[in-house]
Order: sequence, then C-alpha cells, then structure tokens
Amino acid sequence: MTYSHPHLLGIEPLAPPEITAILDLADQYADLNRRDVKHADALAGLTQINMFFENSTRTQASFELAGKRLGADVMSMAMQASSIKKGETLIDTALTLNAMHPDLLVVRHPHSGAVDLLSEKVNCAVLNAGDGRHEHPTQALLDALTIRRAKGRLHRLSIAICGDIAHSRVARSNIMLLGKMENRVRLIGPPTLMPSGIEHFGVEVFNNMEEGLKDVDVVMMLRLQRERMDGGFIPSEREYYHRYGLDAEKLSHAKEDAIVMHPGPMNRGVEIDGELADDINRSVIQEQVEMGVAVRMAAMDLLARNLRARRQAKPEVAV
Amino acid sequence: MTTILFTNARLIDPEADTETPGWLLVENGQISRVGSEAATPEAEEYIDCNGACLAPGIVDIGVKVCEPGERHKESYKSAGLAAAAGGITTMVTRPDTLPAIDTPEVLSFALRRANEAAPVNVLPMAALTKGRAGAEMTEIGFLMDAGAVAFTDCDHVVTNTKVFSRALTYARSVGALVIAHPQEPILSAGAAATSGKFASLRGLPAVSAMAERMGLDRDIALLEMTGAAYHADQITTARALPALERAKANGLDITAGTSIHHLTLNEMDVSNYRTFFKVKPPLRSEDDRQAIVAALRDGLIDTLSSMHTPQDEESKRLPFEEAASGAVALETLLPAALRLYHSSDLTLPQLFRAMALNPAKRLGLPSGRLAAGAPADLVLFTPDTPFMLDREKLHSKSKNTPFDGARMQGKVRATYVAGTPVYEAF
Repeated sequence: MTYSHPHLLGIEPLAPPEITAILDLADQYADLNRRDVKHADALAGLTQINMFFENSTRTQASFELAGKRLGADVMSMAMQASSIKKGETLIDTALTLNAMHPDLLVVRHPHSGAVDLLSEKVNCAVLNAGDGRHEHPTQALLDALTIRRAKGRLHRLSIAICGDIAHSRVARSNIMLLGKMENRVRLIGPPTLMPSGIEHFGVEVFNNMEEGLKDVDVVMMLRLQRERMDGGFIPSEREYYHRYGLDAEKLSHAKEDAIVMHPGPMNRGVEIDGELADDINRSVIQEQVEMGVAVRMAAMDLLARNLRARRQAKPEVAV
Repeated sequence: MTTILFTNARLIDPEADTETPGWLLVENGQISRVGSEAATPEAEEYIDCNGACLAPGIVDIGVKVCEPGERHKESYKSAGLAAAAGGITTMVTRPDTLPAIDTPEVLSFALRRANEAAPVNVLPMAALTKGRAGAEMTEIGFLMDAGAVAFTDCDHVVTNTKVFSRALTYARSVGALVIAHPQEPILSAGAAATSGKFASLRGLPAVSAMAERMGLDRDIALLEMTGAAYHADQITTARALPALERAKANGLDITAGTSIHHLTLNEMDVSNYRTFFKVKPPLRSEDDRQAIVAALRDGLIDTLSSMHTPQDEESKRLPFEEAASGAVALETLLPAALRLYHSSDLTLPQLFRAMALNPAKRLGLPSGRLAAGAPADLVLFTPDTPFMLDREKLHSKSKNTPFDGARMQGKVRATYVAGTPVYEAF
C-alpha cells in the first residue's frame, strides 16, 4: 500500500501502511540529501506555493528547500503581511492563488481547520504545515523518521511527550501517529496545559516528570510559548523549569539509551537544559531538522504522483 | 361572521396532553368549539384535514430578524414567510439588531416594519440594557407601552451584577419578563466548542459545560434577591438542570428554554469543521443532549425555540473559530422536533406544550392552545411525510441551516393566523 490521499491535512486520516510508505521514501531522500549533488526531479515542472499565515522560519525554509531539491518552482508568501491585512477572506486568497495553477500548496494558519477549509476550494495538493492547535503532520512524520532511525523501529516503544500539550498541534499529530504505530504514549505536563478529554486519546497522563519519564525510550519536549508563561497557565518560568524542564537528573529516570527530541525553536533553560540539548549522545534535535527536509520531500513527491495520476485519469481542463 | 370547520383532524392538545380525532370550529378568528362527536356543527367553510395533525401554532421565543441593520440577512418579510411555512404563528423577536432595539423609537420602527411585511404575529423583545452593553438599563416602562413583551440582552451576559440586580428589581416593579443567557462570560470567552475529547481532537478553543451552570447559579441568586420574572433562553447541559429544578422548587418565578439544535444535534455533528453547526452556546455532548430531551419531557425545561439566527455566506465561510455563530431554523424547527417524536422520545402534545403552550403562557398570550376563546392560530401538518431538506428552498434570506441535505419527516400543510391561511401546501 502506498499513499492514496490527494492532500496531507493531518495524521488522523492516515493508515499505518501509508505512514510507513512516506517514511520509507523519506529514508531514501535522507540519503540523497547527504550527497554532494542533492537534486532529483520528482517535482520538475510543478509549482509549489508556501502560504504562511503565521510566522515561521524553520518550517518554511524546510518546505522551500524540499521543493527546490525536487526541482519544483517554489514561491513563499508571508501572508500576514499581505492581503489578509486588507480584509480579504481566506477563501478569496485561496481562489486567487488557485488561478495561478499551483500544484502544491503548503499552508500554515493560526486557526484549527483552516487548511481543511482551504483544501476544499482549490484543485491542487494541499499540505498542512500547521493549523491552529489541530495538526502538524509533517512534524510528526519527521519525528517518527528520526525515532525509527535512532531506535531501529517505530513500534512497541515507550514515548513521553512533555510540556504544553493543550496548545500544541505537534503533540496532537504525534499522539495520533505514535498510537497508530502501536507505541505507548505518555503525556507529561502541568494539568493547566493538558487538553480536556485527553484521557480518551489512548495515552497515559502524568503531572510529574520523574514518574512519567520512568523507563521511556524517547523523550519529546515541546516548546513553551512565551505568552503562556506569566501566571496564566503556569506560575512562572522558573517554577516550570524546576518541575518540568528536562535536565540530566530528570532524564536519568528514562532508559539509559533514551533519546531527547524537540521540535524547535528551543527555550534553553525553560523547557530544556542547554547542555543536554547539545549532548550528541542523547539529543537528536539536529537530526530532526535534517529529517524534516527528507520527510517533506517524500510527502510532496507522493502527493505529486497522486496529482499526476488523477490528472491523467481525468484530463480536466485547466481550471 | 365567518365560520370555518376543520373536520377529520388529529387534534394535538398540549393543555389536555391528548391527541384525539375530531373537529375544530373557528368563528371570527377564534377557536369557538372543539369536539370529537360524529355530528359536526354547521359552518360557512369546511376544511377536510384528511387525518392530518391540527395543533396550536408555534410561539417561537428568540427569533432574530435582522431589521434594522442587516436586512440582507433577513427581513420581516422573509422571516415571516419562513415562519408561516414552518408552522410558527407568533415570532417573538430578538433585539440584537444593529442598532439594538433599546428605545421605544427603534421598537416602533421594527414593529411598523413587521406589521407591514410579516404574515404572522410579531411580538418584539427589547434590550434590557442600553446598546446591550450591560451598563445602564433601558426605558423598560416606555418600551412595554410600545409593545415589548420581554427584555433581554440576548447572548450578552450582563456581567455587572449591580446593574443586573437593579434591572431585575425595576423589571419586577413594572411586571416585565427578563430573558437571560446563562453563561459565565469570562470562562466562555473565545470558545467555539464544548470542552472534551472532540474539541481537543479538532484543536478548537473550548468552554467547559460548567460555565452554563455557573451563569445560571448566579442568576438564580439574583432572582432570590429581586423576585423578578426570569426565563433562561437556552439550557443545554445536564449540569445546569439540578440548579433549575431547585430554583423552581423554591418557588422562584423562573422558566427555561432550549434550542432545537441542542435538542437534536451534538458536538460530533461539527465533524470536519462544518461552520453551519456553530451555534451559541456550542453544541454539547450526546449525554447532555439526552439529559435536555428528558428535561423537556418532564417539563423541567419549559420551552423549545428555533433560536433562528440568520448569517450570510461570508460570515460562515471562514475557519471555524472565526466563523459567526447561529443557524436559521424557522422552517426546520417542526420537522427537526418531529425527529424526537419519531424516536419515541417525546409525544406530539409534549412537543407542542414546549413549542406553543408554555411560551404563550410565559408571555401571557391567549394563544398556544386548542381551547374555545383562543385565537385560531393553527398549524396543520402530516408528521410522517419524508423529505430531503434543500437549503436553497428555504424562505429565509440566509441559508445557514445545519440540516441541509438531511432526511427529515413531517411537512406543514397549512398555517393559520386568526383563522386566515398564511401558508398552504396541500
């Protein structure tokens, strides 16, 4: 089984073999990316537009590089600076871009479900680069690939996700992906940063790092956003670091070979100890960034194949 | 003197809680006799109901007509036609227009427009505070003289308890009914869904169901202080029910309503961010829905409304969080309510008790019953006729219904206001 959807909007609709298909292809691209000549032509002739309605440097750069390495014509638009300010609705913006015949649309938006809405209005492949607190599928896929390469498998692992689960789309996509691949997922964080009903997600919830990290294979830290630090959700930055910041002592409760992950950008000294983040024996944070490009290449390649197959089956008039 | 005899009817009498075959005689726009004997009285005009249900016309508290201000969304004419087609004979309209209906002058304007254009009865409500801003009470006495039947800031909660308690006290002194939206406004700020697994799965900002009970608890305390007549516009959660029950048992002048959407849909219907299912308060869990159905059956919840809220396409075609709340429901209220009859949750007299009798009683209207002397506001419908709802065929100017494409059962055959047909589809 290969990937059969027209878009990549989230992890929720994917079947485990589809996830494996993306990861297998991404493995090949990871090898390509380590060569001197990093070019392939899977997207040659296609146009990729990145629409970021929310600030992003890393994800946008990663998508841009992935598209360019596969030979696409890539255009990136910082949407919060443009027409949105002039009162244009999301759908009008989408229709305008659609008229330029893009083949791949990479979208990040501050509202949950916005990318789903947009995908209904355009006739190209849409990739969700993060919508509100809903999903961030390529992040979960790159995390999965990183784990699979470090641990040699992506099943029957015990994985802890720590921090601000409530506001995190990364956490949601990861919970779903890791659950689908039959891992034990633990969530660790203060109760104010846990979404309601989380106990129905097939996870174990801990409010204490030492208990939660006990014997896990993977520790995934989440970024704590600045605006949540002051009294609103947690008492203070320093109390948070004391109770939930990952340091060598807390990590000692995990398995000896446990790896440490972070989706970036990190707040050193808030959610993770700086030295630990740089420890090449434990931290795979740089590897995550590397796998990000490979996973995005794989996802766009598969979507482009489906797009071409659809167009061949039904040679529609260019709309 | 005009007389009309409805024969061969299935009479739905919410007052007697009965459903009997019989006839009904209308004289001069009023019901004059109801019976089931084979010998029928003479009349000038005969209407053979062919076994269809004849019930008191629906009295719908909380209809939004977008005049003044947003007539492109709904006018008195379009709302009136939709109401007539939905078996609603009295629309009790909301003051959350642009500007708000908060002075006798604006109220008179709205009433004049209503009388010119709407084929059904229109009874306006007025704002409780100026501009619905929660700071100063409106001219409650003058507004009553001008025709306001109740006072409400609609979905704006009067957060200042001093202002609210004074408004309640004043309203009591002039015999005015206050309708409020029980909700803890700070806890529910920005919410687009009800807290729980579904909202977390979709990543939507959510409010705990507890916020409704907190709002209701506060209002009940103020009622104990002031003794005002109070109606909660929508009770939608199981947790609010014990508080309501106690308040009633303690003899407070309190009643409560619910909306057809909270009675027939749940949070899961939002599915993939379908904004036509975004209402205020947000749809609840299935457990809550079932508790509300039971409360309506037991009479703890008194009234059932459409909470008709027209929204144009532009305000709905947005990401879920940004999309406007509300749904049109004048024409879908009855067929959606009949889902509960077909599922054996509620009987037809129980439904019409909530949709006609109780709202009329609460507002002191003579309608809402099949009794001699009541106005001949009637709806004739066949409860079993199946159809697929096509939103483009609705009479409302706005088409934001969550029931688009839904299979429904029950069609209005005719609607009469004071004995005059305002809608017929035999």
